[in-house]
Amino acid sequence: MSQTNAIEARHTIKAFGQGDSAHRALDDVSITIRKGEFFTLLGPSGCGKTTLLRLIAGFEMPTAGDILIDGAEVTDLPPNKRPVNTVFQSYALFPHLTVAENVGFALKMLGRPKAEVAEVTARMLALVKLEHLAGRKTAQLSGGQQQRVALARALAPHPKVLLLDEPLSALDLKLRKEMQVELKRLQMETGITFVFVTHDQEEALTMSDRIGVMSAGKLQQVGSPREIYTRPVNRFVASFIGETNFLPAKPVAGGVKLGCGAVVEAEGEGHTLTVRPEQLRLVAANEPGAIAATVENLVYFGTDTHLNLRLSDGEALVARVQSPPTGDAGFAMGQAVGVTFLPGAARLIRD
Amino acid sequence: MSRAEDRQARASTRNGWLLSVPALLLLLFAASGPLVIVIVYSFLTPGQYGNVVWGFSPDGWIGVLFTRDIFDDTLGLADAHLTIFWRSVKLSLETTVLTFLAGFPTAWFIATRPPKARALWLFLITIPFWTNLLIRTFAINEVLRSEGLMNTVLMKLGLISAPIQVMYTDTAVLIGMAYVYLPLMVLPLFAAIDRFDMKLLEAGYDLYASRWQVLRHVILPIVKPGIVAGSILVFVPSLGAYVTPRVLGGGKNMMIGNFIELQFTQGRNWPLGAALSLLLLIVVMVALLVYVRAANKGSNPHG
Ligand SMILES: Nc1ncnc2c1ncn2[C@@H]1O[C@H](COP(=O)(O)OP(=O)(O)OP(=O)(O)O)[C@@H](O)[C@H]1O
Ligand SMILES: [Mg+2]
Repeated sequence: MSQTNAIEARHTIKAFGQGDSAHRALDDVSITIRKGEFFTLLGPSGCGKTTLLRLIAGFEMPTAGDILIDGAEVTDLPPNKRPVNTVFQSYALFPHLTVAENVGFALKMLGRPKAEVAEVTARMLALVKLEHLAGRKTAQLSGGQQQRVALARALAPHPKVLLLDEPLSALDLKLRKEMQVELKRLQMETGITFVFVTHDQEEALTMSDRIGVMSAGKLQQVGSPREIYTRPVNRFVASFIGETNFLPAKPVAGGVKLGCGAVVEAEGEGHTLTVRPEQLRLVAANEPGAIAATVENLVYFGTDTHLNLRLSDGEALVARVQSPPTGDAGFAMGQAVGVTFLPGAARLIRD
Repeated sequence: MSRAEDRQARASTRNGWLLSVPALLLLLFAASGPLVIVIVYSFLTPGQYGNVVWGFSPDGWIGVLFTRDIFDDTLGLADAHLTIFWRSVKLSLETTVLTFLAGFPTAWFIATRPPKARALWLFLITIPFWTNLLIRTFAINEVLRSEGLMNTVLMKLGLISAPIQVMYTDTAVLIGMAYVYLPLMVLPLFAAIDRFDMKLLEAGYDLYASRWQVLRHVILPIVKPGIVAGSILVFVPSLGAYVTPRVLGGGKNMMIGNFIELQFTQGRNWPLGAALSLLLLIVVMVALLVYVRAANKGSNPHG
C-alpha cells in the first residue's frame, strides 16, 4: 500500500462572519485519514463536523490551512474537480430523475460512454439491492430506499473518499441497525475510504476503524474505538463516549487519594479520576481496601442494573452490575456497600 | 354502501349541483354567450357602414387568408394578412424568449435573497402592474424615440453619432412587450425556484457537474413547470397585444390585435374581424395544447 493518506487537513481554520462577530466553526484542526479506513467524526451538535466535511468536499473554503486529498493539494479546487463524493443527510436525490438516472448521474456528467454508465449503474443498484426499483422516481421510495439510492449514486463514480454526513439519522432504529451493517459491508467490498459523521457514540464505536472526537471546533482525540473508550485524553471525551464517573483525586505516594480518603491505583495524569460504571465491583462493606458507599437508588435496565452510590465525602458514583436471572441484583436502598475498581479501570485525566 | 348512506350521497351530490348553478349561469352568459355571438357574426354579411346584415356569408372566413380581386372577383392569397400573422407569432415567440432570458436571472436573484428582502423585490417587480398599460408603453416610447433617453445617452457617450431609429420598428414593439410582460414571466419562475431545493445544486457539483451542467441537468428540468407557466402567461397576451404594437409600432407594423381592431373601425368588416378573433383563439388553444404536451413529455407526472 502506498504511503499517501486519503485525506489530510493541516491547521485548518474555518471562521464564519466578519471581525468581532466571527465565529470559528473549526479551530486549527489537523487530521490524517488513512486509505481504506472507516473513519468517524463524532461530536455534539454544532461542534463543526459538517463544516469539516464541507471543506473536504469543497463546498466551503478554509479561512486558513490546507486540505490534501490522496496526497494532492485541493484547497483551490471546486467540488466537481475533487475525487470525493458526498452522501447528504437529506439525501438530495434528483426528483426529476429515476433511480437509475440518479445513480448514473456522475458518470454521465463525466462524459462516460452510455454502455459504461448503464453497466456501472446496474452494478451499483445490485450492490445496494435496488435492481427492482431502477425505473422508479425517487419520490416514490421509502426513506431506507432513498438512503440506498444516495449511497449508490455517490459510490458509482468510485471516488477516492466517500463523505457521509449523518446518513442514518433520518431512519428508524431497526432500519438504522440494518444500514449500519450495510454500510460496513459496502465499505469492505469497495475498499473506498469512508468518512462518516455522527453524533451517536454507539454507532461510532461499532462501525469505525478510527474515531475523531470533536468539540467546539477542535479535534479532541483520534484513535481506535478501544483507545477512545478505554483511554480518553480528557474529561470531554470520557463523558461523551459512554457513561463514566468522575471523582476529584490527588496524586500521592502509591496511588491517588480520593476526597473520601481512600487511596487507589490509577494510570495517567491529572486531577480527575475516571472509571466506567461497569468496571466497579460491589463487595461487602467491611471488605479491606474497599471504598465505603451507600446505595441511594436502583434502576433496573433489563440486562443490567444501575446503582446510584454516595461516598462518605458526598461524591456520587454510578455502578452497573449485570442483572441475575431473577432480576433482583440483591441490593436495597440505603444499604452500605464496599466499592473496588477492576485492575487498570481507574484513570487520571486532564479536564 | 347502505341505503341511507346512498341517499345521503345522492342528496349531497344534488346539493353540490344546486350550489354551483349561479357559477354555471355566470359561465354560460359571461363566457359562452359572447363567444357564440362572435361565432355567429363571423358567418354574417358585412354592413355598408359597419355592423352586420343578417344573411349567411362565408366571406368573413375566406377573407382571413384570401382577398377578392375587385375587378374579376377571383380569389388571391392575402399576403398582407400572412405577414401580419407571421409578425404576430414571431414577435410573441421572441417576447417569450426575451422575457425568459431576462426573467430567469431576475427570479433566481429574488429567490435567493433573505426572506425580508425577497418581499421587497417581489413588490418592486409588481409595481408596473399598478400603472396603466398605456402610460407604461408611452414611457418606453420616451426611452426609445430619436430624442429620447437611450439615444441621448448613447450620443453623449459618443458611441453613436446619429440617433438610432428604433421607434416604429418591430424591435420597438419587441422591447415594449418584453418590458410589459416581464413580471408575468418572473412571478411563476420565482415560485418554481423558491420551491427548488438548493441542496440539489451541491449534489450536482459533488457529482462532477460543471456550472452549465448543473443548470441544464438539474435546475432547468426541475423548474420547468415555472418556465411553462411563465411562457404561456407571456405568449398568449403577446399574441393578442394591441396597445403596445399600436403605440410603439406606429400604424404600420400591425399585429393581429390591431388588424382585428381595424376590421371593426375603418375596415367596416365585422365578420372578418370576428373570424380573425376566433382564429386567434384557436391558434392560442392549439399552441397551448402542443406546448404543454411537449413540455410534459418525459417529465414526472407526480413531481
Ligand atoms: N454557513 C454558516 N454561517 C454561519 N455559521 C455557520 C455556518 N455553517 C455552520 N456554522 C456554524 O458553525 C458551527 C459548526 O456547525 P456544523 O454544521 O459544522 O456543526 P455540526 O457538528 O455538523 O452539528 P450537527 O451535529 O448539529 O449537524 C455552528 O456553530 C454553526 O452555527
Ligand atoms: Mg452537521
